[in-house]
Amino acid sequence: MSGAINFAHTEEQSLFRDSLRKFLHAASPTSRVRQMQTTESGFDPQLWARMNQELALPGIAIAESQGGSGFGWVELCIAAEETGYALTPSPFFASSVMAVAVLNTIAPNDPLLARLACGEVRAATALLEGPAGWQTECFTCRVNQHRAVGVKQFVIDGATADVLLVFAADAEGIGLYVLEEATAVERQPLTVIDPTRRLARVTFTGAPVRIAGTVSPAQFERIIDLCSIALANEMVGGISRLFDDTLAFTRLRVQFGRTIASFQAIKHRMAELLLQVELARSAAYYAAQAVDAGAANLSYVASLAKSTVSDAYIFTAQEAIQLHGGIGFTWDHDTQLWFKRAKSSEVLFGTSAWHRDRMIRHLEENSVAGGKRA
Amino acid sequence: MSELTAENVRQEVRAWLKANWDPNLSLVAWRNKLVDAGWGQPEWPTEWYGRGFSAELVRVIEQEFARIGAVSGAKSGIRLLAAATLLEHGTDDHKRKYLRRIITGEDTWCQLFSEPGSGSDLAGSTTRADLQGDNWIINGQKVWTTSAHHADWGLLLARTDWDAPKHKGLTFFVIDMHQPGVVVQPLKQMNGHASFNQVFMTDAVVARENLVSKIGNGWAVAMTTLAHERRRADGLRSGAADVDRQAIVRGSIHEEEARENATVMAPYTWYPQRAGRVDLALPQALATGRVGDPVVRQELAKLLSLASAAEWTARRARATQQAGKAQGPEGSLGKLVASHVARQAQKVHTLIADMNSMLSGSDGPENGIIAEILVSVPAVSIAGGTDEIQRNIIAERVLDMPKEPRFDEGPFRDIPRN
Repeated sequence: MSGAINFAHTEEQSLFRDSLRKFLHAASPTSRVRQMQTTESGFDPQLWARMNQELALPGIAIAESQGGSGFGWVELCIAAEETGYALTPSPFFASSVMAVAVLNTIAPNDPLLARLACGEVRAATALLEGPAGWQTECFTCRVNQHRAVGVKQFVIDGATADVLLVFAADAEGIGLYVLEEATAVERQPLTVIDPTRRLARVTFTGAPVRIAGTVSPAQFERIIDLCSIALANEMVGGISRLFDDTLAFTRLRVQFGRTIASFQAIKHRMAELLLQVELARSAAYYAAQAVDAGAANLSYVASLAKSTVSDAYIFTAQEAIQLHGGIGFTWDHDTQLWFKRAKSSEVLFGTSAWHRDRMIRHLEENSVAGGKRA
Repeated sequence: MSELTAENVRQEVRAWLKANWDPNLSLVAWRNKLVDAGWGQPEWPTEWYGRGFSAELVRVIEQEFARIGAVSGAKSGIRLLAAATLLEHGTDDHKRKYLRRIITGEDTWCQLFSEPGSGSDLAGSTTRADLQGDNWIINGQKVWTTSAHHADWGLLLARTDWDAPKHKGLTFFVIDMHQPGVVVQPLKQMNGHASFNQVFMTDAVVARENLVSKIGNGWAVAMTTLAHERRRADGLRSGAADVDRQAIVRGSIHEEEARENATVMAPYTWYPQRAGRVDLALPQALATGRVGDPVVRQELAKLLSLASAAEWTARRARATQQAGKAQGPEGSLGKLVASHVARQAQKVHTLIADMNSMLSGSDGPENGIIAEILVSVPAVSIAGGTDEIQRNIIAERVLDMPKEPRFDEGPFRDIPRN
């Protein structure tokens, strides 16, 4: 580990969080989240413009030399957490987290970063080709003579982004390619259970691309780490919101002549829930700090955070619905919105089981004893 | 007198140790020197053998003692809880009589609070104290009393008023454990250890002057003791100082101190096993090859994640505290999460040991340590406040949810009890 882990946010970081919380509370209430679900793009371009002009979110983790704010992954994760708390549908995750994680790792001098930073374009990253396979060996999408051929699945914002980043096999191994023109590419929006996170199938039939850099296995792992950690922090925002709303509901709901918050069965469940919320928060915050501290065991920490927080989100979402009773299962009640986000986040960048196995692989590779393998 | 800075204190204690430290003095002779100089318990007030130092200055002194291996004032067991209680609530006579011998280690103490009929509901104590002439006569039974078998004095909570409400009828005493009316029997636990005792008091005698605080104020005094116990449990989780072993000159006093520690620490040998021994999980999984089993991998990763998240939550609480910010919920969860960690650990140890989980002692894995984990973990979620009480506390004090309805108001005499 090269730097120390901070266990508390700085004053500036706390102020940043507070201003984001206020901004999104006013600009992105759930009524607006629901409206966006019925639109084709799935997000509010005016709100995205404000997130750029007033908060400079698109370039938060892009270097100052590229026109960004040059903040660390900790600040980016605070922003991710707040968008998760408000459930704001926006290009932030695909364009400001995922694409930035990819470019910062593979091609930190690529001119595309400057265009992302100023909000001129929105990017999406085409990575997976099937329902699993968060590793480069699975890629069959190929580039020959600057033309891409193949099919990418589960591309977040893939139907609406201005620019696509594409991982594809080439003569050298795996390359990162940039696609800017809409020729010889078909972008098919997929029907999703979580309409706040749009997915597309992208079919390349000889689309013209330019190479941004070659991708080493270690770089690819780092991208998975960075995205998993940002997603874990976004999930912590959602978990906090579900917890806050559920606690408030138990204080209001009266049955048998008393608030349900006065029943010990409810109190004990809320205490256990708080424990899960705070453990998840600790894991996500630690992982974000580990990025900026240059931790040597980032993969271990990232997988620990992703699996811990995913499980806590699903648990919290299920408890939230149960503690709301029947109304929690209705379309018009907001809990379902976060439940669906919990579900889509659970599998994105790898299931908990996959991440836990990755943790143990890391420990095996780094154990001095080595041990006997079964 | 020079200003009270860390550096001045360091120079002063260093000079004093240079002039006085002798590893071949007897433990008591050395500690009496500490008491007279105010180095035995420097955080205590100046009028009672201390220097009124802050935690930061105390740390400086501890570092200087550790640097040369100088023996400190006696700290182990519950003697410091007794001292804290007496410093706050005791008379000058109590302080004169007990405090010096607490620091020298000549006296050991025990805490006579829990009873067979009052565990979580500590204020439901039915041990009775009746004033007869100049003595209080004690009758009743206490349980879970660590170190009672070698204690000289006990901190006793007993009922003096049966018509008052539950919390108002209790009084706090110091009882002499060496008397015919006090019988101590070891209490053997399901893991085979007997680190606690049962204490039977039959017409035991407490001299009138050994009442602490006022009649009927026992609950408040007991809360002082328990607050210090919690504070100490938190303190024990912080790390130890680095020590240069080369610089330490050893003498007969260290052997005497080792014997003292062996006696006092004996009841606690299984406590690490009770917490689940997370540290053994990965080495065992690797050494046995069980790490190749997909289920072992999953459960092991869950354990390591839980243990790390628990530690980071405690670190967040400390960082918030050090930054001078209001305590968030993260500070109240340590006890409850420890139960989760221990249970997951015993699950993982069982998966790894497989059929060997049935074996204990020298036939069992790790010379019986794994077996000790498996049969000790159930204590974690009970000792020091059950999980159920912890959840009540978190819900009511952290989340501000409504308090439990009470059925124990009015005269204690009329309240249903065991």
